[in-house]
Amino acid sequence: MAHGSQREQHLTQDLPLPQISRDNAEFYAAAARGELRFQRCTPCRRFRHYPRPACPYCLSRDFTWELSSGRGTVYTWTIVRGPTLPAFQDKLPYNVVDVLLDEGVHFQSEVLDCAPEEIHAGMPVEAVFVPVTDEITLVKFRRQA
Amino acid sequence: MPSSNTIRDQAAIVGIGQTKFSKSLGMSEYEMAVDAIFAACEDAGISPREIDGLVRYDMEQTDEEQLLSVLGNPLLRFFAGTAWGGGGSASVLVVAASAIASGMSETVLVFRSRARGKQSSYGKDPKQGGRYWEKLATSLPGLNQWHVPQGLVSAFQEMAMISMRHRIEYGTTDDHYADVAIAFREHAMRNPHAVMRAPMTREDHHASRMIADPLRLYDCNIETDGAVAFIVTSVERARDLRQPPAVILAGAMAAGSHHIRMSSMFERPWEDESPVRVARQLYEMAGVKPREIGAAFFYDFFTSLVIIGLEQYGFAPRGEGGPFAANGGLSWQGGRLACNTNGGQLSEAFIHGFNNTSEAVRQIRGSSTAQVEGCDLVLVAGGNTDPTGAVILRRL
Repeated sequence: MAHGSQREQHLTQDLPLPQISRDNAEFYAAAARGELRFQRCTPCRRFRHYPRPACPYCLSRDFTWELSSGRGTVYTWTIVRGPTLPAFQDKLPYNVVDVLLDEGVHFQSEVLDCAPEEIHAGMPVEAVFVPVTDEITLVKFRRQA
Repeated sequence: MPSSNTIRDQAAIVGIGQTKFSKSLGMSEYEMAVDAIFAACEDAGISPREIDGLVRYDMEQTDEEQLLSVLGNPLLRFFAGTAWGGGGSASVLVVAASAIASGMSETVLVFRSRARGKQSSYGKDPKQGGRYWEKLATSLPGLNQWHVPQGLVSAFQEMAMISMRHRIEYGTTDDHYADVAIAFREHAMRNPHAVMRAPMTREDHHASRMIADPLRLYDCNIETDGAVAFIVTSVERARDLRQPPAVILAGAMAAGSHHIRMSSMFERPWEDESPVRVARQLYEMAGVKPREIGAAFFYDFFTSLVIIGLEQYGFAPRGEGGPFAANGGLSWQGGRLACNTNGGQLSEAFIHGFNNTSEAVRQIRGSSTAQVEGCDLVLVAGGNTDPTGAVILRRL
């Protein structure tokens, strides 16, 4: 078999999705309800993302899952022009952004309904929720009204 | 003052070996590893049976058992792996030197083999050659669950985000990127091993297609097949071997800063980034200043990360890596700092940093095709967005 066809045969076709675990289950359960929630340290009150079992600032194991305002600004961004995975091929070119949320955490996502040339650092955005499967809802963003 | 109980001046690279570099060699990673290892032993003038230590990337596919069975069953008494891929490209030497300095091993093999040209895929697993990211699992348990489902599927897209932030903060430009790409291409044009040897102009760079803003095709490392191996031994033994030794004057590692997984990026101040911490430890152990370095080898997976590396390792102030690289700043002749004189991973080959280390050794031996005059000290830095490490090599 030619190398080229070997390659095509093994490409990941489906959209890769998060695997639910004990660490992340609360995050995705909240997203499915249309809520953006992050872990927040009980003693030092700081938010954190990604989910983890201790506070990176004060080492406390105590935390709650608190509602985020969902509002923030674009900290950095790219426009993916390809190559990319087949699951994203039809939407090329598309943006990926790092949003600095008002709670102080960074979150990678996409700004919906925004042309590539309009994305810029400091752009105010707010969270929206896009269900993909019964279990997984992806958190996306749109420009603040 | 550094402790007397360090790896300073304890070990040396005495053999380098490699396969051909190519976009497709039609060989397995196992085969290529053996070719490079035999070549490194030949270069050093030792038998593979004399190897008693082994350091590799933890992601390396050719493991201890596979190697023992083809190297004449050497009596391995030390073996270790470094994490985080290219971040460890110099850390492997730090670990090897640690094993030698502590007496755990005398002759350490260090190697990397990659069949990662686009067309070199020979199986379904991401580790079975070709582009790993084209064969990602569809259910993600690790940190990449936070960005891959958003469309950020590969290192070049992650690095685009980091590079864009450097432009937002400091105004780094396409021209600065081109300055890096052109300098390294000019080095590659002198190097018969280099895969990319056609001349590149500033216009060529700017006309190359955008891959993920702000990174164009010519800002990205090339995708190649090949393997590289080193033999590291004690300085004492090195004196009796075939080649002029490249002594590991100093080495350092650091974890815990910006790394390739975007979900933990941007959380720490500049001073806590692992390459900045590595640089502090390294210069202290070596007792040298950046201006004394004759040639530097950055982990040039992208032009933009070379610019950031110049800042992290103290050659340019924060935010001024771009201007430092401008107007032939990184050229082997007449530059501010000769960098990646083999053409680097942008133009020679992408062997996960190891091909840059081979060239660093050639600079110490005086056998580079872009030899820097009076090159007594060489810096080799690992990938600077991961937990990372670096070494300074010197002549004996």
